[in-house]
Amino acid sequence: MENVEITKESDARGSFCPGPLMELIRMVRDAEVGDVLAVISSDAGSQKDLPAWVAKAKHELLGQEDFEGAVRFIIKKSH
Amino acid sequence: MKNIIIIGGGTGGCIVANLLAKKLDSDEAKITVISASEQHHYQPGWLYVPFAREDARSLTRPVRDLLKKQINLLIGKVEKLDDGNHQVILENGDTVSYDYLVIATGSIPCPEDIPGLSEGGNHFYTEKDSFELYQILQEFRGGKVVIGVGGLPYKCPVAPLEFTFLFEEFINEKGIRDKTDITYTFPLNAVFNIPSVAEVAEPILQERNINIETFFNLEEVKADEKKAISLEGTELDYDLLIMIPPHRGAPFLQGHEIADAKGWVKTNKQSLRAGDSKNIWALGDTTDIPISKAGSTAHFEGPVIAKHIIADLRGEELGEDCVYEGHVMCFLETGYSKASIIDFDYSAPPVLKAPNALMHYQKMAFNKAYWYLIPTATI
Repeated sequence: MENVEITKESDARGSFCPGPLMELIRMVRDAEVGDVLAVISSDAGSQKDLPAWVAKAKHELLGQEDFEGAVRFIIKKSH
Repeated sequence: MKNIIIIGGGTGGCIVANLLAKKLDSDEAKITVISASEQHHYQPGWLYVPFAREDARSLTRPVRDLLKKQINLLIGKVEKLDDGNHQVILENGDTVSYDYLVIATGSIPCPEDIPGLSEGGNHFYTEKDSFELYQILQEFRGGKVVIGVGGLPYKCPVAPLEFTFLFEEFINEKGIRDKTDITYTFPLNAVFNIPSVAEVAEPILQERNINIETFFNLEEVKADEKKAISLEGTELDYDLLIMIPPHRGAPFLQGHEIADAKGWVKTNKQSLRAGDSKNIWALGDTTDIPISKAGSTAHFEGPVIAKHIIADLRGEELGEDCVYEGHVMCFLETGYSKASIIDFDYSAPPVLKAPNALMHYQKMAFNKAYWYLIPTATI
């Protein structure tokens, strides 16, 4: 995901469900349409919950990648 | 003599004050509780008010009556915490100095945080609102009902589920179940944030033909159109909307460096010390610890804080039991005179037993025994 310019990133490592998801929701609420957001999570539940929420809310999951033993989710606010 | 100030006359504040008064000699410390209200409310009882199972007036006692005689009680709202100078400033301008401070100011439902919710929704999280909902339910003759959680965090976490179960029983007994469509909403991808609780609650919702709408983060209520709209784009039509508002901490904490923007005090989850301070602790709903905001949380946290203060005041070593291990216990009413118990800590997630009548009557008994056992720090 090196070619994607991140608008805002949040490191939610160490917080557990629903922490990372609520952090993403907070960021989406505050973001402009088209912004690219990144959330880093070490909670195993995020791998299921974050993509599921992004799909339900009809935003775009640009990717997820390993990040220092955690996972970095990259999301575009679509509407 | 040291000054111990406890802000808050709710469950956590009364427990810590009474524990300290029991253990400390009168010449060791002066203990003062600052309460914004003269009254202490048994908040879990408000769940029953809309169904006429409790009278809101019976859920209130004077704070003074719950505190030991040697504890001073100041009635007033805190305007500012000046932790640099170890002072609390009240709205009337009075300044109170402390050597040790305990923050037990609880949480406040804030419907104003969601556009239209104050105008278009109801809830049962205050004495006034639970009574208004009682009046509405007296006149209710059926329609589309949406019950849910409008934002995280909120207190009494299972109460919205309990309300849904009790509401279904209420309209069934009223003979209008076939005229009523019920939808339960929750912000996450499950009906509750603790998986073992969701595993018990979801089948009960399904058995009782209650629609489930998960990933529903309430964004706006259009009161004139009677629509509840989520951030995810879901629109729910309603005739009656019962939404638990998002909560905040006390106003004087919102934006204070000891707390986050919403007023939740940054609290060590084991020592319960606030931030980097050496002489401030927080408990109950007030903290930012990611566990249930419930009276039982404060009940199990209170003794830890009392032991910390006594050890520091007497220059003693902290014992191994001066750690909060995350213990929380609460009942889950499932309607039709049945309930379950949820009991867990940081290391052991809850294992729920199937709801039964015994646990329901245990909860009924606890609701009455609360006044004698909990705020008085009897157990």
